Amino acid sequence: MNWLDRLKRKKIMDPVTAALYIVPAGIIVLVFRMIPIASAFILSFFDVKMGRVRGFIGLAHYARLFQDPTFFSSLGTTAYYVIGVVPASLFLSLFLAVLLNQKIKGLGFYRTIYFLPVVTSLVAVSMVWKWIFHPRLGLLNFVFEKIGGNSLLWLEEPRGIFEMAAGGLGWEWWPEALSGPSLALVAVVIVAIWRGIGYNIVIFLAGLQNIPDQYYEAARIDGANTRGIFWRVTWPLLSPTTFYVMLSTTIVSFQVFTQIYLMTGPPVGGPMGTTKVIVYYLFEKGFDAGGNMGYASAVALILFAIILTLTLVQRRVVESRVYY
Amino acid sequence: MNAAYRVRRGFGRAGIYAGLIVGVILMIVPFWWMIATSLKSPIEILEFPPTWIPTGHFVQSAAGEWDEVYVVTRDDAAGTVTVRPIDGGSQQTLASEDVVSRARLRFQNYVEAWNQAPFARYYFNTIFVTIFVVIGVLITSSLAAYAFARMRFWGRDNIFLVFLSMMMVPQPVYIVPSYIVLVKLGWIDTYQALIIPWLAHIFSIFLLRQHFRTIPNDLYDAAIIDGCSRFAFLWRIILPLSKAMLVAVVIFTVVGTWNSFLWPLVMTNTPEVRPLQVGLARFSQEQGTSHELMMAAAAFSVAPLIVAYFFAQKQIIQSLATSGMKS
Repeated sequence: MNWLDRLKRKKIMDPVTAALYIVPAGIIVLVFRMIPIASAFILSFFDVKMGRVRGFIGLAHYARLFQDPTFFSSLGTTAYYVIGVVPASLFLSLFLAVLLNQKIKGLGFYRTIYFLPVVTSLVAVSMVWKWIFHPRLGLLNFVFEKIGGNSLLWLEEPRGIFEMAAGGLGWEWWPEALSGPSLALVAVVIVAIWRGIGYNIVIFLAGLQNIPDQYYEAARIDGANTRGIFWRVTWPLLSPTTFYVMLSTTIVSFQVFTQIYLMTGPPVGGPMGTTKVIVYYLFEKGFDAGGNMGYASAVALILFAIILTLTLVQRRVVESRVYY
Repeated sequence: MNAAYRVRRGFGRAGIYAGLIVGVILMIVPFWWMIATSLKSPIEILEFPPTWIPTGHFVQSAAGEWDEVYVVTRDDAAGTVTVRPIDGGSQQTLASEDVVSRARLRFQNYVEAWNQAPFARYYFNTIFVTIFVVIGVLITSSLAAYAFARMRFWGRDNIFLVFLSMMMVPQPVYIVPSYIVLVKLGWIDTYQALIIPWLAHIFSIFLLRQHFRTIPNDLYDAAIIDGCSRFAFLWRIILPLSKAMLVAVVIFTVVGTWNSFLWPLVMTNTPEVRPLQVGLARFSQEQGTSHELMMAAAAFSVAPLIVAYFFAQKQIIQSLATSGMKS
């Protein structure tokens, strides 16, 4: 008998059978994940138009990237978006999860409703919210005017919100650099928060329910009040969950595309490009006009590098404060 | 006495419920608005202030039938209303009492929206793709998970780690080279491009592997003694024991495939293979101003998943939460 049979006899290794089991998934992963990921890096050094590789151009794509103001503004827009979505989403979902954890009646009902937007397709959600934000006929402006405010242009408003606030206060002038994210971007942020809250609530709820009652008991015996209990017991014990929610929301938010495309994309386009996030920029360059895929690959890699860096930074800075 | 009691006293029960109800209202209103708009007439959409329930105005004709009209102006001082028939015709001014308003749901908007774009085809495409992807994921993930969980071979854990690390890479990175691969294969704008790359799902392999590892070895040894083959062990024992996990995999695969957008947007060009979400997006771009039609289309596009959701919320929520899927 050969070495393979001896191996199998001893039931230590069975590479052939194992290979057979892994191959179906393995081929797919190899061809559609591993090879693309590996070649994304290589591709960014080539001139590729609409699927045809045309020649090696070294760092030309990257050079062009760093000279394109649109690229930098798309990075800024994405940053504004993430800053808008993550803290607000975290805070609101934590708040609601804490409320839901209060042994109230109908927990299942509330959870079902809050999670509903998560299950609804982003396309439909974007369409409905675009309609709600409609400058003339939209629901939001109607409510606004009812409570005494002014109609706003929402998704069509390119002005930064700080600039608008200053205008609202009667100030004639406001530095352009501080004008802030456009109202249009803020509108998209609102939609993202609306949609994502349910998901984070469920995660937080699970984390909250993992905290044994004894801790609360002990705190109560020691005479702690509500605020003390939250900050000294709940918050630290919840910190792994909080960290996870913050990290996952950040990573997902960096890759936003669908809402931007649908609410501020073709045919109308975002108001003066103030909602052009980085994946949208990538899509435009790579698949829309001209199909410059080498360039798009370069952008994708930069995006990946940013996400990776952020992940590492968050782990460093925040995870050290997480109590496990 | 527990912590809940204490926080309750701090917040006040009423305050808690108030906060929760506000949240519920904010979540529900857009859905209500979508459905309400989808049932209005194009003219009612332009009405300001907007109506919460689709309303129609009716006038009794000489023959005794009720014809629908829309309101041009109201003159409360004189107690008259100027109306025009909804199908066209001349204006007339009538006494306010002669114009009756009642809820009127314009279901024909749905029919109209459906006919304005090949939604039947879009629906078929999405269902077709989803079915194959789910079957594929179940098969490939179960097999691979079984190997990673219960077989021994050289490099097993390292290979698994490589698989896992692929999961971290965001879609924009691999979508561009994947496009090129698919162009070379000639699969752009075919079902293959939508199905085949998704027949394996690394996270499913991960989940199933975790679960398979919890099955005691003694069970396996006993089965072997009874003459059971490795594959039979998987098929007859492990899989039935893993039903809940498999259901979770099915759920997040269905939801993910049904709602996927960027990938099919990039990989398809013609309506033949285009799935529902991309078709809906195109429809929305083409329509522009027929809001009632757009809302109707959005409504019938999300209906299946939402109906399924209401029947199986617990499983769906659990499944999606475990999968780390957010959009």
